[in-house]
Amino acid sequence: MEEQKQAIMEFLEGKKGKSKFYFSDFCKIFPDLKQREVKKFLTALVNEGKLEFWSSGSTTMYGIKGAGKQNAEED
Amino acid sequence: MAKHKTPLLDELESGPWPSFVSDIKMEAEHRHQNPDGLDYQIPVDCPDDLLGVMELSYKDKETHWKHGGIVGVFGYGGGVIGRYCDQPEKFPGVAHFHTVRVAQPAGKYYTTEYLRGIMDIWDLRGSGMTNMHGSTGDMVLLGTTTPQLEEIFYDLTHTMNTDLGGSGGNLRTPADCLGKSRCEFACYDTNAVCHALTNDYQDELHRPAFPYKFKFKFDGCPNSCVAALARSDFSVVGTWKDDIRIDQDRVKAYVAGEFKPNAGAHGSRDWGKFDIVAEVVDRCPTKCMSYDGAKLSIDNSNCTRCMHCINVMPAALKIGEETGASILLGAKAPILDGAQMSSLLMPFVVVEEPYDEIKEIIENIWDWWMEEGKNRERVGETMKRLSFQKLLEVTGIPAMPQHVKEPRSNPYIFFKEEEVPGGWTRDQQAFRERHKS
Repeated sequence: MEEQKQAIMEFLEGKKGKSKFYFSDFCKIFPDLKQREVKKFLTALVNEGKLEFWSSGSTTMYGIKGAGKQNAEED
Repeated sequence: MAKHKTPLLDELESGPWPSFVSDIKMEAEHRHQNPDGLDYQIPVDCPDDLLGVMELSYKDKETHWKHGGIVGVFGYGGGVIGRYCDQPEKFPGVAHFHTVRVAQPAGKYYTTEYLRGIMDIWDLRGSGMTNMHGSTGDMVLLGTTTPQLEEIFYDLTHTMNTDLGGSGGNLRTPADCLGKSRCEFACYDTNAVCHALTNDYQDELHRPAFPYKFKFKFDGCPNSCVAALARSDFSVVGTWKDDIRIDQDRVKAYVAGEFKPNAGAHGSRDWGKFDIVAEVVDRCPTKCMSYDGAKLSIDNSNCTRCMHCINVMPAALKIGEETGASILLGAKAPILDGAQMSSLLMPFVVVEEPYDEIKEIIENIWDWWMEEGKNRERVGETMKRLSFQKLLEVTGIPAMPQHVKEPRSNPYIFFKEEEVPGGWTRDQQAFRERHKS
């Protein structure tokens, strides 16, 4: 689990420009794993406060907590 | 005295129907008077500014809302939809105007005590305005600020023992009709299966990992009171296998005028004497009924369970006794690019606890859609893009005649070679021996 969580964080930290990503983007990091397994890593990272959700209301994305636009800037 | 002049909105109050504009004005007045002495946690003039920003949108003919954001409660990917006004200086009361979705119970059974409890929270920490209910069935609490979200969530879960509903790319709050709790047409217990699946799939409801939204709806019969066929990705619709039960004496009673057709539902107008041939037999979409003046006959093999005859004469006709449900997949009703009805996947399943047969189908579909679905693609679109045959393959359901949607225009099911005994190869010499001329 720790190894995969690290891989997710490295993927996100290596991205420039975008700060929010679809669930499917994370599945591409682990082509041999089922989607439900990938979800467990993301959920763990959300629960640890390292990732946060972004939602338009109809779709949802994940990003590093604090990265990109934050509440104050969304006003 | 209104904070903003709203001449365009005021027009909406002049029609014959109750207007939401009047409701918002009433709430604005109520909050200014504050008869309960509440220490409002969001701006008191929130309803006034809502009217103001709407008036501006009507004038400009474009929205002044910005949707989406990172707002939510800890650990949940859905249930809160961020909304901000792009004119916060002009309308500070709605600078933040986030929506909170509260999960509805199966059958939407509420006590007044519960509803008052919800409104106590919402009057204090939100705008006091609601939408009862949203399209998915949730109670929609309209308009609060970011700092109030965790407070509201705490009160909802700890005081009211309820939860947030679904939003975003996850399972939306499952919805059902009243089912057997109130309705004699129900072919299975919609409330029980809706409640069970809501509990079983909490992770899918709150932690999004789907390409897009996914909705379950449970209709107890083909009358479809929650419109599962039209509105849900996974539609479960009650049906029966055997014959419609006919009480011929009661049929005669309807003809004699002793029972009101449709249980009196259209009784506000005089439609004249009940005509069973014109109002029931000739209305049958498959023409599978006849009435000889004394006896009503139904050719059940041609009945498509449209429910019309049962709806008109509920005291004389009843659904069959071997009941269950049909499962259909792929409906959507989006604002853009058109609606789509569900396609029949399983003609008949018995709906019994612990619902393993239904759950197996759901989970096979999810696994496939999560792997193959594009971002923002509903499962019905994935099904159309990759073929219904592929869907049958991933769910392990064999092709059957009921899967042919339009037999007159396309009666074919395309089988793969491995699905056909002997495959595609055949002995041409032997064929010619049998067909010499």
